[in-house]
Amino acid sequence: MTSRAAIRAEAETLFAAFKAAGAVAVEADTLLPAETLLDLYGEDIRARAYVTNDPLRGEMMLRPDFTVPVVQAHMKDGAEPARYCYIGEVYRKQDHLGPRASEYLQVGFELFDRTAPEAADAELFALFHGLLAPLGLRPATGDIGILMAAVHGLSTSARRKAALLRHIWRPARFRKLLDRFSGRAALPQARADLLARLGSAAVADLIAAAGPMTGLRSEAEIASRAEALIEDAETPALKAPEAALLYDLLTLQAPARSALSHLRGITGMLPAIEPAVDRFATRLDALERHGINPSDLPFAASHGRSSMEYYDGFVFSFHATGDLPPVASGGRYDALTAVLGQGRSIPAVGGVIRPAMVASLREGIA
Amino acid sequence: MSLKIGVPSKGRLMEKTFDWFGARGVTMARTGSDREYAGAVEGVAGVELVLLSAGEIPRELAAGRIHLGVTGSDLVRDKLADWQMQVTELAALGFGHADLIIAVPVAWIDVDTVDDLDAAAAAFRAAHGFRLRIATKYHRLVREFLTAQEVADYQLVDSQGATEGTVKNLTAEAIADITSSGETLRANHLKILSDGLIHASQATLFAAKAADWDATTRASLQALAQKLGVSAEI
Repeated sequence: MTSRAAIRAEAETLFAAFKAAGAVAVEADTLLPAETLLDLYGEDIRARAYVTNDPLRGEMMLRPDFTVPVVQAHMKDGAEPARYCYIGEVYRKQDHLGPRASEYLQVGFELFDRTAPEAADAELFALFHGLLAPLGLRPATGDIGILMAAVHGLSTSARRKAALLRHIWRPARFRKLLDRFSGRAALPQARADLLARLGSAAVADLIAAAGPMTGLRSEAEIASRAEALIEDAETPALKAPEAALLYDLLTLQAPARSALSHLRGITGMLPAIEPAVDRFATRLDALERHGINPSDLPFAASHGRSSMEYYDGFVFSFHATGDLPPVASGGRYDALTAVLGQGRSIPAVGGVIRPAMVASLREGIA
Repeated sequence: MSLKIGVPSKGRLMEKTFDWFGARGVTMARTGSDREYAGAVEGVAGVELVLLSAGEIPRELAAGRIHLGVTGSDLVRDKLADWQMQVTELAALGFGHADLIIAVPVAWIDVDTVDDLDAAAAAFRAAHGFRLRIATKYHRLVREFLTAQEVADYQLVDSQGATEGTVKNLTAEAIADITSSGETLRANHLKILSDGLIHASQATLFAAKAADWDATTRASLQALAQKLGVSAEI
C-alpha cells in the first residue's frame, strides 16, 4: 500500500512538471452546484458522485472532476491562449465493494487554444507521454471527431443523424440505432405495432381517444413525435456501402499511421470525414515532431466513447496491466466549452493523471 | 445468543408472513397490547422475533443487527448497494407481489417502450430546457435500469408517496413506482411501458452476511430452515 505522503510527493512532482510546461496553477471549489454537472453528465453521475444538500444553495456535489470548474473559470475571465494546471482530490462514489478509491488525488492540465488545436493535442499528449515514460504504460488513443463527421455525412434524414449523434457516447444504444437504420435489425415488434396504431387514424383523434391529457408534455409535442415516427418509418435504410463504412469505422483499430491510411482509403466513399481525417493527419505529424512514433501508437476509432460524455475529438489514456482504471486520461472537449460558455466557446483539450497509481507503479519498479 | 428474525411490524405483510411461517409449523405472534411492538416465536428453539418497519429491514440486515429478515425484494435491491454481497436470498415467499414499472400518461400515443421514452426525453429537453422528470422513491433500481439501457436526458425526482399524482401536479412527466393491479395508474391516466418492468418484487426471506453467525445461531438456522424447507446457505 502506497503511503499518502508518497502519493502527495508524486502529485507535487507532476504538478511542478505541468507548471514547468507553462501552465498557470488554478484552484477549484470542492463543493460544486449539482445542477450544472447533472445537466452535463445526466442522471448517471448521481451514482458516481457524492450529492449533498446545502440549506441555501440546494443540491451540491463533491467535485467529481476539475474540468467543469476550470472551464467555467476560464470562460468567465480567462485570457487566450491559456494553459492551466491543478492538483487536488476528486470524489467518486463506489457502488460496489472493491479496490476502487472513492477519494483520490488528481493532477491535471488543460489547454485552451483556438489557433492550432491539433498542435495542442500533440503538446498535451507528448507532455503526458514523457512524464509517464518510465512506467512502461500502454497508451491508447482515438478520435471521436471522425465518427461524428461520418455520422454527419450519412445520406439519411437529419432526425436519424441527430439520434445517432446524441448517442455517440452510449455505444450499445448507438449500435442499436445503427442496426435499425441500416436495416440489419428488423423493426422491433413494439415499434411495428405502434406504427400500425399511429397509421390507423389521425394523430389528433388518437390522442383524444387515448384519454385525458395530463402533465407538462403537450398535445403538440406528442403529435410532433408521432408524426416524426411515421416519417421515420418511411425513411429508406442507409445505403449498404455507407452502413458498411460506418460499421468498419466503429471497429477500426490499428497503429495510428495505418489507421490514417485506412481512413484515407475510405474518404472517397465517405467524403464528409475528410476534414476530420485531415485533422487526424495533422495531429500525427505534430506528434511525430514531439518524438512520438505514430507507426506504433495504438489507435481505435471508438476509444473513449463510454467515458464521460463530453469528449468530441482526440482522446487518449494510459493503462497499466490488469483491470484498473487508467493511470491517465484526457481528450478534446470543444463542445463542452460552448455549453458552459453561455454563447462563447474555445477549442480545449485536457487530461488528468492519478498520482496514487503512478506512485504505486514506481514502487513496483523500484 | 438467539437468532434474530426481523419481520414487518404491521399490516398485510405482517399477517401474510405470520401465515407463511405458521403453515410450516413456526408460530409467530405479537405479544402484549396491540400497540406494543413485541413478538414471540414458537415451534423452533432459539429464535427471537424483531418487529420492524419493512423499509428498515434491509438496513438492519446490512448492519447485521438481525440474522434473518422478511421484506420485499425491491426494498433490498433499492436500499443496499451491491446487495448480493450483503444478504442472501433464502426463499421467495410467494406473496406481496408488486412490479416496479415505468409509467407515462395514456395520452402519449407516441411512447410505448423505453426506446420511445429516451427519444421523447430528448425532444422534451429541447422544448422545455430541462431533463424529463421521472418521479420515484426507488432511486437506485430505476437509475440502474435506465443506465443499463443507456437512456439520456431524464432526471429522477423524489416522491415518497402519491407518486401517480405527480404527473397531474406537473412535478414530473413520468413515474417509476410499484403496482400490483394497475388500478391507481389507470385512475391517474397513466400506462405502463411495454418493456418498462424494472423488477418483479415479492416478500423474500433474507439472511444477513454481516450478522454474528456463531455455533448457536447457525444451529438455530439449520433447525429453522429444515422446518421451513428452505436453504440454510448464507
